[in-house]
Amino acid sequence: MNKTYVEMKNICKTFGVIRANRNVNFSVYEGEIHGLLGENGAGKSTLVNMLSGIYTPDSGSIFIHGEQVNIHSPKHAIELGIGMIHQHFKLIDVLTAAENVLLGHSQSVFISNKSRIKSIQNVMEKYGMEIDLNKRIMDMSVSEKQTVEILKVLYRGSKILILDEPTAVLTPQEIDKLFTVLKNLAETGCAIIIITHKLNEIMSVTDRVTVLRQGETVSTLETRKTNIRELTELMVGKPVNLSIERIHSRKGDLLLSVKGLTALGEHNVPVLDNVTFDLYEGEILGVAGVAGSGQKELCEAIAGLYPVEKGDIYFKGENIVGFSPREIIKRGVSMSFIPEDRLGMGLVPSMNMIDNMLLKDYVNQPGITVNRKPAKEKAERVSKRLEIQAPSIYTAIRKLSGGNIQKVLLGREIDANPHLLITAYPVRGLDIGASYNIYDLLKEQKQKGVGILYIGEDLDVLIELCDRIMVLCDGKVTGITGSESITKEGLGLMMAGETLSSIKKGDVVCKS
Amino acid sequence: MIPFLKNAVISGTPLTFAILGAMYNEKAGNLNLGIEGMMLLGAVAGFQVAILTENPILALLAAMIFGALGALIYAFLTVTLRTNQSVTGLALTIFGTGLSRFWGKRLMGTVLPESFSRNFRPVSLPFLSKIPVLGPVFSVFLEQDLFVYLSYLIVILSGIYLYYTRFGLNLRAVGENTAAADASGINVTLYKYVHILIGGALCGLGGAYLSLVYVPSWQDNITSGRGWIAIALVIFTSWSPYRAFWGAFLFGGLDIVGFRIQTLNLPISLNQHFLRMLPYIATILVIIVGAIRKSTSHMPPGNLGNPYFREER
Repeated sequence: MNKTYVEMKNICKTFGVIRANRNVNFSVYEGEIHGLLGENGAGKSTLVNMLSGIYTPDSGSIFIHGEQVNIHSPKHAIELGIGMIHQHFKLIDVLTAAENVLLGHSQSVFISNKSRIKSIQNVMEKYGMEIDLNKRIMDMSVSEKQTVEILKVLYRGSKILILDEPTAVLTPQEIDKLFTVLKNLAETGCAIIIITHKLNEIMSVTDRVTVLRQGETVSTLETRKTNIRELTELMVGKPVNLSIERIHSRKGDLLLSVKGLTALGEHNVPVLDNVTFDLYEGEILGVAGVAGSGQKELCEAIAGLYPVEKGDIYFKGENIVGFSPREIIKRGVSMSFIPEDRLGMGLVPSMNMIDNMLLKDYVNQPGITVNRKPAKEKAERVSKRLEIQAPSIYTAIRKLSGGNIQKVLLGREIDANPHLLITAYPVRGLDIGASYNIYDLLKEQKQKGVGILYIGEDLDVLIELCDRIMVLCDGKVTGITGSESITKEGLGLMMAGETLSSIKKGDVVCKS
Repeated sequence: MIPFLKNAVISGTPLTFAILGAMYNEKAGNLNLGIEGMMLLGAVAGFQVAILTENPILALLAAMIFGALGALIYAFLTVTLRTNQSVTGLALTIFGTGLSRFWGKRLMGTVLPESFSRNFRPVSLPFLSKIPVLGPVFSVFLEQDLFVYLSYLIVILSGIYLYYTRFGLNLRAVGENTAAADASGINVTLYKYVHILIGGALCGLGGAYLSLVYVPSWQDNITSGRGWIAIALVIFTSWSPYRAFWGAFLFGGLDIVGFRIQTLNLPISLNQHFLRMLPYIATILVIIVGAIRKSTSHMPPGNLGNPYFREER
């Protein structure tokens, strides 16, 4: 029998009227990787935040190494050997890796770098990790930052590691590397809790998995005795069809043609570098890339929100570079960008659904007073069509759940009957049911002949949903390929900077 | 030139204290616009105690305590109650100005006793000024009163504290990314309170230098905007205690350059009001320069001005 490291019994936590956790029971053994699975809002993050001392439970008890504890602060959690690797890294950008590791931990008054760095290096060697300790966080890639986070908790001697959606920002290759490190750690006796809603990751790395639904524990299963279908059903509460059926529509006319698009970011570093591609009517063109590879700038440049340094954007044969956003919208270009904080660009959180609908329409109304009637009809229509769950269309947007906010945004853009729909991360953080709803909507638009530029994170989805996929790396296009002739690994390599032709030569990662 | 530079150091000393005070606030992530108010509190309290006790140490202590008391109000409001930092800082300045004026009414015209002022005569370090060539340069900085030497000491100690101790590292983390510092097990509230209070005490000292040594008698609004200049100079000196000293030295020079020019008997006559305006014009220029110059090592603390609440979601 394995030793129990963590045990949580009958945990309850409410935020205002939202009951985030209801009588949750959860335990983790020594040397195991335990997956915590659940849809968005199922209460996974709330649960582990109570372990890491960010939140305190309203009721229920927590046992660490068999002893009941009352974790009142992150500091206390660290002393108990609990290390949390947050989804949004808690690192100080201007400090070096070593300084971040030492932060809040170092015992002596003065920081003597040599002996400290030696002791950090010992930890790195022990677990087979590699990182330049004198590099500043701001100069690091996402995967390097994550390594620093893990190193930070290991250096403090944590035996219980919690990872909150660690793979969301990594390429497939980086994910493999991370999983190898995690397996090493488990072998040395650490207990690892990993939160994710990606089922294939649960299957490949965990020993046991606990499923949460609407704040309650549904079940704890041994991973090798279960399968993706069963887990999905437990997670959603009903059977779900997991395949995205690709609709083959006839290729239409050329809709959007981007030629040599270059845009500059901070310090005049190009964020878009000579980007060239075509998009046809009735086509979904996927854009893959590690976060921050220029996706946002590309969307904004087409929508007229980001200054273009060089290059042309032809929409239906007309060069729209230099047009104002309003002129571009008038020509039938719609954009919905879901940023990380999810209160999407283009919605005003404190206004209700009607007023948010009005935001894009009021300019077309005559006179100085505003007529809310069409907007109200529109809100009702969108709300019904996308099954938006809101107390009413008069509720402030900010009070809705993330998924419903996204539906409002996307619904408004689709309702405008665009010719070109730009949508970035439309399913970011959404649960399975809602995601498939959105995919269906996009496919419907495609059938109507709308050209769709889809910026996505999940490579499986990109491959299944899109007709062609363009890969961005540091603002450069590393390749545009038909989605049926490329694998996830191939996309991963291109996201890391390999060009399409070079991986085609290797011919390992491409289907014939 | 040497006497001018020597006077620039003296004139810059209240600024050195004030810049360091503002810097400690900002390193903890708090933009404190109450610098001027805390300086005035320190100035009036220090002056009062100097008159009553004629003891320089007690006078400086009183200045520090009153500066820190002003900071305590600010810290309680912004850290514990999470009020808007800018508004709270402005209120502190108004409060400090009003209280010092009210209190100072009875002090107007009072002269500090000789037995007190004696303590702040320039003390030259032996040997150094005798060295050829370098001697005069040393004498600019090393033929000063003890209060000025105290400012050197605090600059150096601040540098060591910020960059070589774990407390300094933790402090910088609190200002850069409060949530990350909290998750690393740093007591954010404690760090904020302590350093806002230290900042207030330093501002109090800056004010006391004006009322006890520089002027030295009581007059209304004795700081005449130096607290505001200090807030701009924190940006100009990019949150570094060493650069803070040189920034203060430069502005100390600008402050007295008007008098200097008047004694030169230049053929053209410059309006003296124009000359007295120089430091304030330079402050605006400094902010413009700070806005244009963008390098990663000169950035303000990342979480400057944002209140922090752990369970926010």
